[in-house]
Amino acid sequence: MARKLPSVDVLIIGFGWTGAIMAEQLTAEGLQVLALERGVWRDTSTDFAVTNAQDELRYRYRGELFEEPARGTLTFRNSPTQTALPMRRLGSFLPGTNVGGSGVHWNGQTWRFLPTDFLTKTHNEQRYGPLAADMTVQDWAITYEELEPYYDQFEYLCGISGKAGNLKGVKQEGGNPFEGARSRDYPNPPMEMVYAPALFREAAAGLGFHPFPAPSANMSRPYTNPLGIGLGPCTYCGFCEKFACGNYSKATAQTTILPVLMRRDNFTLRTESEVLRILKDRSGKRATGVEYIDTEGQVWEQPADLVILASYILNNAHLMLVSKIGQPYDPATGQGVVGKNYAYQITSSVDLFFDDKYFNNFVGAGALGMIIDDFNGDNFDHAGLGFIGGGYIAQWTTNGRPIETRPVPDGTPKWGAKWKKAMRDSYLRSTSVATHGAVMSHRQNYLDLDPTYKDVYGRPLLRMTFDFTDNEHKMSKYLTDKATAIAKAMKPREFKVNGRDGHYSIVPYQTTHNTGGTIMGANPRESVTNKFLQSWDVPNLFLLGSGAFPQNAGYNPTGTVGALAYHAAKAIREQYLRAPGPLVQA
Amino acid sequence: MNLSFLATVVFLALAVAPALAGQDQWTTIQRGLYLTRAGDCEACHTADPAKRMAGNFALQTPFGIIYTANLTPDPETGIGKWNADDFYQAMTKGREPDGTRLYPAFPYTHFTILKREDSDAIFAYLKTLEPIDQRIRPPEFTWPLTWRFLMRGWNLINFKPHPFQPDPQKSAVWNRGKYLVEGLGHCGMCHSPKDVLGAEKDSGRYSGGEVEGWWAPSLSGDKRDGIGDWSKDDLVSFLKYGRNDKSAAFGPMTDVIEHSTQYLNDQDLGAIATYVKEIPARNDKEPARLSDDQNRQAQSVGGQIYAAQCSACHAPDGSGVPTMFGPLKGSSVAQSRNPETVIRAVLEGVRSAPTDKYPTPHSMPSFAWKLTDGEVAAVVNYVRNSFGNRAAGVDAGEVHAIREKPSS
Repeated sequence: MARKLPSVDVLIIGFGWTGAIMAEQLTAEGLQVLALERGVWRDTSTDFAVTNAQDELRYRYRGELFEEPARGTLTFRNSPTQTALPMRRLGSFLPGTNVGGSGVHWNGQTWRFLPTDFLTKTHNEQRYGPLAADMTVQDWAITYEELEPYYDQFEYLCGISGKAGNLKGVKQEGGNPFEGARSRDYPNPPMEMVYAPALFREAAAGLGFHPFPAPSANMSRPYTNPLGIGLGPCTYCGFCEKFACGNYSKATAQTTILPVLMRRDNFTLRTESEVLRILKDRSGKRATGVEYIDTEGQVWEQPADLVILASYILNNAHLMLVSKIGQPYDPATGQGVVGKNYAYQITSSVDLFFDDKYFNNFVGAGALGMIIDDFNGDNFDHAGLGFIGGGYIAQWTTNGRPIETRPVPDGTPKWGAKWKKAMRDSYLRSTSVATHGAVMSHRQNYLDLDPTYKDVYGRPLLRMTFDFTDNEHKMSKYLTDKATAIAKAMKPREFKVNGRDGHYSIVPYQTTHNTGGTIMGANPRESVTNKFLQSWDVPNLFLLGSGAFPQNAGYNPTGTVGALAYHAAKAIREQYLRAPGPLVQA
Repeated sequence: MNLSFLATVVFLALAVAPALAGQDQWTTIQRGLYLTRAGDCEACHTADPAKRMAGNFALQTPFGIIYTANLTPDPETGIGKWNADDFYQAMTKGREPDGTRLYPAFPYTHFTILKREDSDAIFAYLKTLEPIDQRIRPPEFTWPLTWRFLMRGWNLINFKPHPFQPDPQKSAVWNRGKYLVEGLGHCGMCHSPKDVLGAEKDSGRYSGGEVEGWWAPSLSGDKRDGIGDWSKDDLVSFLKYGRNDKSAAFGPMTDVIEHSTQYLNDQDLGAIATYVKEIPARNDKEPARLSDDQNRQAQSVGGQIYAAQCSACHAPDGSGVPTMFGPLKGSSVAQSRNPETVIRAVLEGVRSAPTDKYPTPHSMPSFAWKLTDGEVAAVVNYVRNSFGNRAAGVDAGEVHAIREKPSS
């Protein structure tokens, strides 16, 4: 029997990036805000000191910052005709847990989506005619122009290093010429380029492309954000993704929000508290709070006036399904919305090996690199190509971490003296060019509840049904060919193409860019939330995170996730609190 | 929403408050709170944040442990039965109402200059606290210090009650600064050297002192072992925000920032800075050069450790990142003639005080598990004698002694 606690104004489920943003915004409004986090407290100085943060075995391989599959996982299959099996080890994606969420171990590649990305359906249909029958892409319920001020807000919170390519409609030399108009430049200049991205820039420009420095949440200089919080300059140590930063140099909830938020008397954080389900009143149209369990097995009922679902996207979809909020999606009929349009990203790379050039990749940072956006979104003519969407091509110099970095040319044995020699020859003299492509939504890619497997609390596991389609394969092949052309222009001794063919595999690491399942849209028949991330069914419930993406774009999602959170926060502060109820009429 | 309820409560509270307390009374209590903070009473009289000012904080002294008094108005265990005269006597003469002598870990040697109205305001404020029933543990002294009457002898040698004596040659601001620094601020308790009886020495006042396993640095006008290169604004920023472009508070000083000086107004901080900045330089002779062996170790081992472990934050040239990672170049802490704080910082790590302007408690991790005594000595000698710094050398034995000695 759950023990009932006193009610709060706002309850936030999950305390990562978006939970922290919302807590900061709503405590500033004077509300009593409580965040429930299933994991533990952690902070830079106490948990990620520079003396231990760069422990590759502990963090990358023993996964200390990641979700533990033994505590919560999902089942997976490629198609609805298969039986899904539980994922017992993390692989393809690495969701985080504990305070700060996955934002603690991100690289810091911080993008805005293209204006046309928000109009995937209408723009592509207009330009190229009807889309494939099984493609279920939709327009976002929001435009780039509407979201621009909130992108700006998130970028200034984080102290993003970069170079604008389009200021108020005026193209800027050296920036991304394809990006949407920015109201002002990045808060910090681009990072110092090391040799590999410089070589890529030269080669890409020589082919007529438009290279620009990557937008980075690794600080190019000391920065004090609008909340008055100070971040240190990046030391290019090369331990970003899969690691926490020990130098206060990577924007995370811990380095940009928590020092201010935790001092506010009207904010409470309760850790080691896992929400089991969202509670509704008898009408089913109002969330009354949540039921959560602590580490001693005690179940509590926590009432609240406003509930913010801000956990990782897979948990968000799972909680909606087990709480029976909204109609579950059925791929057979296309009816229902919860779990619909799960999408991902498709990546590939080309490894380059040189005799005469040293790259010293251990001098790296998570978002240190040069990019071309010539083949992203609809920045190029897709006529006759047989796909829509695209991705960026990049030279990232993120790291040369000793266990993970094993660059050897084709034909090298897997072990022994020859492998050692190849490692010795290649470690300092190799680099790579990567592609990072969109995944469009398709009818048969979705999330629902597994009929067989249950979690430790007896709830059905989330089931993921996903595969790459023809659209992704054609697109990725196209991007990989372009990447190979740039790689050749960098004049390596030899190169190795790592394409992405065949079925999607959940085993090798690709990206933690899962999207959809609780998508936003123009009406409740097609989506779970309106443009303010407010549930159509339960108006005092808001869902943050990349679950809102109707399909995935060719960029890393965090910038858009942050912007959407600020956009929702503003709507709550300025509209919802004055007149609690639906902000968009269905 | 609960908002309407909250609004009602706030409204009621606003409406009722003036009826409960007249404007004068309110001002006295507010002044009392301000002065209580100026005296940093909280640092020693709150052991458990849930029992504010209820004492029982274990104060480590060279002579044993003293448990601090309960300042809440509880009649049996606190100051509930005291009157303003009793309080003034305790503050300025170090005597309880029944005549019992207080141990001078309580800074009556400083508070003796307190003006009567300031003592009364503090007392009025303390009387508004929630009474907390908490009996105070007896001190853990070795005989004969348990005989309190011996304090009479101590007082005969070291203490004579006296009122504040302004210096008519100096400005009102300087005199206000003196009143705060010498009185409630009791800065000399840490920053001045002490004699064998634990009393502050008359000679070398504010030239630094030992406290709870740390070396409270010199406040003199010297540029290396002192704050001669700090401006008044630097000092005000340090006291108000815990940081300035030259340094950040850490160790026991963070308590002072968090509980006391961050709440002082700019006039009083300016007055403190004016007084402290006139503490003259001692102009000691330059410290001895490192021995050949120390120098060799510092340049090879110390330099390598600095490059690998320290330079990412403190920068290869020791310039650090002001207000985040303390500059070592020119640092008075780094160049203190007593290296205890530098060594302690390397061994245990340090945490800066979060304040409104600098909310992140930027911290340095502990290296005790990672560096041997000899390595710590080498890197400390490197830091103390690079980037234009100069200070006496330290040896592995000194590091070892500090490693074994408890700190707060």
